[in-house]
Amino acid sequence: MNAPEKQPGMGASVRRKEDYRFLTGNGQYTDDVRVPGQTYAYFVRSPHAHAKIRKINKGAAMKAPGVLAIFTGEDLAADKVNGLPCGWLITDVKGQPMKEPPHPALAQGKVRYVGDQVAVIVAETYLQAKDAGELLEVEYETLPAVVDASDALNPGAPAVHDGVPDNRCYLWSLGDKAAVEATFAKAHQVTKIDITNNRMIPNAIEPRAALAHYHRGDDSYTLYVTSQNPHLERLLLTAFVLGLPEHKMRVIAPDVGGGFGSKIPLYAEETVIAWASKKVNRPIKWTAERSESFLADAHGRDHRTHAELAMDKDGKFLGLRVKTTANLGAYLSTLGSVVPTYLYGTLLAGQYTTPAIYVEVDAAFTNTAPVDAYRGAGRPEATYVLERLVSAAAREMRLDQAEIRRRNFITTFPYQTPVALQYDTGDYKACLDKAMKLADVAGFPARRAEAEKRGKRRGLGYSTYIEACGAAPSKIAGMLGARAGLYEAGEVRVHPTGSVTVFTGSHSHGQGHETTFAQVVAGRFGIPIESVDVVHGDTGRIPFGMGTHSSRSIAVGGSAIVKALDKIEAKGKKIAAHLLEAAETDIEFKDGKFTVAGTDKSVTFGQVALTAYVPHNYPLDKLEPGLNETAFYDPLNFTYPAGAHICEVEVDPDTGVVKIVNFSAVDDFGNIINPMIVQGQVHGGLGQGIGQALLENCVYDRETGQLVTGSYMDYAMPRADDLPSFKVGTHVTPCTHNPLGVKGCGEAGAIGSPPAVINAIIDALAPLGVTHLDMPASPERVWRAIQQAKRTKVA
Amino acid sequence: MYAFEFHRPKNVSEAAALLAKSKGKLIAGGQTLVGTLKLRLASPGNLIDLGGIGELRGIKREGNAIVIGATTRHAEVAQSPEVRKAIPALADLAGGIGDRQVRNMGTLGGSVANNDPAACYPAAVLGLGATVHTNKRTIAADDFFKGMYETALQADEIVTAISFPVPKRAAYIKFCNPASRFALVGVFVSQGASGVRVAVTGAASSVFRASEMEQALTKNFSPDAVKAIKVDPGRLNSDLHASAEYRSHLIIVLTGRAVAQALGQ
Repeated sequence: MNAPEKQPGMGASVRRKEDYRFLTGNGQYTDDVRVPGQTYAYFVRSPHAHAKIRKINKGAAMKAPGVLAIFTGEDLAADKVNGLPCGWLITDVKGQPMKEPPHPALAQGKVRYVGDQVAVIVAETYLQAKDAGELLEVEYETLPAVVDASDALNPGAPAVHDGVPDNRCYLWSLGDKAAVEATFAKAHQVTKIDITNNRMIPNAIEPRAALAHYHRGDDSYTLYVTSQNPHLERLLLTAFVLGLPEHKMRVIAPDVGGGFGSKIPLYAEETVIAWASKKVNRPIKWTAERSESFLADAHGRDHRTHAELAMDKDGKFLGLRVKTTANLGAYLSTLGSVVPTYLYGTLLAGQYTTPAIYVEVDAAFTNTAPVDAYRGAGRPEATYVLERLVSAAAREMRLDQAEIRRRNFITTFPYQTPVALQYDTGDYKACLDKAMKLADVAGFPARRAEAEKRGKRRGLGYSTYIEACGAAPSKIAGMLGARAGLYEAGEVRVHPTGSVTVFTGSHSHGQGHETTFAQVVAGRFGIPIESVDVVHGDTGRIPFGMGTHSSRSIAVGGSAIVKALDKIEAKGKKIAAHLLEAAETDIEFKDGKFTVAGTDKSVTFGQVALTAYVPHNYPLDKLEPGLNETAFYDPLNFTYPAGAHICEVEVDPDTGVVKIVNFSAVDDFGNIINPMIVQGQVHGGLGQGIGQALLENCVYDRETGQLVTGSYMDYAMPRADDLPSFKVGTHVTPCTHNPLGVKGCGEAGAIGSPPAVINAIIDALAPLGVTHLDMPASPERVWRAIQQAKRTKVA
Repeated sequence: MYAFEFHRPKNVSEAAALLAKSKGKLIAGGQTLVGTLKLRLASPGNLIDLGGIGELRGIKREGNAIVIGATTRHAEVAQSPEVRKAIPALADLAGGIGDRQVRNMGTLGGSVANNDPAACYPAAVLGLGATVHTNKRTIAADDFFKGMYETALQADEIVTAISFPVPKRAAYIKFCNPASRFALVGVFVSQGASGVRVAVTGAASSVFRASEMEQALTKNFSPDAVKAIKVDPGRLNSDLHASAEYRSHLIIVLTGRAVAQALGQ
């Protein structure tokens, strides 16, 4: 397929339509929704990482003021409520299905992490429910806990689930092991690294919340919930967990304040209150306190990896082998199983022509919060492994960091990697060249020398990343174990007076879809952007869609809208042909006008719309009235955004403090609809990536299993003054297989930046003998690496 | 938060009487207490708000000292021309506490009476040899800070003001905990009428004076004077963010830098 031409309406930094309501406090978040008769839920959570529940005595709590009901796991079991399902079945190296222990919405007999839901208390007010929670008597028998994935896989480790005595969910592999071994046998040089991808707590600014409302009149439910994918939420909740007909539940994800993946999963809390709202026949609201978000939101990352790269004498990559241990937490979250496998191993080719790759992933249950997608989901982990390894290889081969990359870049497309993916397009060298200009690499030696005069160390770090976005071709996903399709739906409703409402299955929780999608529609129809509204996040209003994650919204959701626009245009041509008394094939549509080719005879888009709804002069014998079209789009391939990130740091060797003095990112997102929004996405992604590299770290106590970083006092979120003023640019190679030529931009910043930062620090300290650092590169870690290197040098 | 009785006395003696009678908690800016209450970690039956007592608030120069009322907010100290002129290190310290919101609410007296081991103000009080005034007596800084969250204050005693002698030179350097931005280590150095003082916060269970460094700096007030000194990590905190060994190293580095800053280098 040829690259699509630039679409009208694309490329303008239109101000975000949604910002007026957000900036004026008129957003409507789940917690803002209030319905008559609303009650409140408080979840009693496990204070222990691992314990048997001996007894729960509801007596005193039930007598507390305002309490309406208390439910435990036993009550759910008695009502035959199923556990929370996992959305992706992984098949292990022996062809066996992964271990899927039950994931009850309220603990049954045992708690498996600090924060695990033990009981729900429903009361007239939230404080009453919380007060009663302190009176609930739960008798625990504590058990030894294991929080580290490697520890969990050791023989004799405490079993998180009785049915999985070795704690291994699966041992999975991808690639040709024998071919890889052969490349290592003939390698000139093998570079090896052992690295940790630190565990993250997502920290969306809006905590999770839900409001469940059972309607006795028609035995139906309305569930407001902070979700990135309301249809998926409904499907899992009704068909898999509660055993309800899908049409009896309307799920609304209204304004949502950030997701980053943590609002993809179906969680216990909304499940329990949806069920309980029928039991108490009252609407029930639950809003997480921030402390609960730390404990019970799905966490991200948490990998430990050994990786080896085989090279020939010129630094050409011959083979890559990777062994990763992944922490899944106590239970399989909705996408917990796929993040460290198909979203990780498939990305290990990166931008390079490495002909043979083999990866093994050992995934363990531990007594920690479930781990699921977090901005990038698997792809940052793959990029971190590869870009750390490539930088180490360059140092060992005494090759320039840019040069080793250039020698190995893929330059012809389409390109079939040895790990399943086929890249459609890209120009990695162009991105790198642009990034090096932006970063003023040529001027770096002078800046380094100047810093050294002040006693500081400067370093430059590279990361040339790729990601697979626009998930996903349903057929491929299905073959790999997905339990759902991954198309997207769009409906375009042209109103009689020519304004338009777009209904999309994508969900915006900060991405600016209401503007970007409106730009696509307004540009196509030649109407003002103010005439287009975008509706999302309501299963009662929009066709079945798969929501927003994997940087998929514009590539998949946008394409569905374009397909609906195509149908509108085709029908509009028929109506125009009738009005203009011309042949349909002679009608051209441009700049909001249907014109008979080669003449000045035309009708406007508005006239056509009005005619469709007031069909007095209309070919009713051949054409239905109305102008309202729906389309579903299933992508032909993933999209492959890629780019080059270059980080420049200055390290204070006396304290270990790292300051990012420059960060340059050149990304190829394909065609760009709104550069300002894209830039915002890149800035946010870089912020999160730098947060992971320098600051953020989720720590559980290895003995007790308590969450040590349970608040902002100990979990370091990046702040504005931790970040530099970013230099960002783009290079465009349009995606070849979707109608807009777009690739997606939401995760790139978080994927590309962490290795750039760490590589820069290592580059700065390499003259002192430092060769390795783990994230987060806290001042003490950096200082210790310097001390260690000094000692090694002396010895 | 649990329910409590809220009192807003109009003067110090009324506040002291309420405190003695109710066994409640004083609240000034509430920047520590309100968080503690919201997390249900404390449940005082009575809260006595000092915010309505005008006599507790304000900054004035008295002879060779700057006297700051107990409920004077951090932002007011940071912005005070009087403080800036006399003890710029103190204005800088106040301007670096927490964030803008905290500085607009938090008070000097609240911080000092709470004696958080990682708070900034105790370092200034000890590092300048200040005097704490209460409704009952005056307490020298050296006698005031007793241990983690412990001070010499009696149960019904209220800090009313703190008097800071104006030094010849002083500087405060804070090395922030990357998460909380409290002092991972903070060092306050001063040289004045009572000699050289070095106070360290954030590093141990309570603010303390580093006497070995004071002696070295008394002989030679220069950054190099402290370089060879070793601080025993034995008495220092080890936690998620810094080991005792790293803290002991930072104390030396920061003291050197504070001396350089005090000298205007």
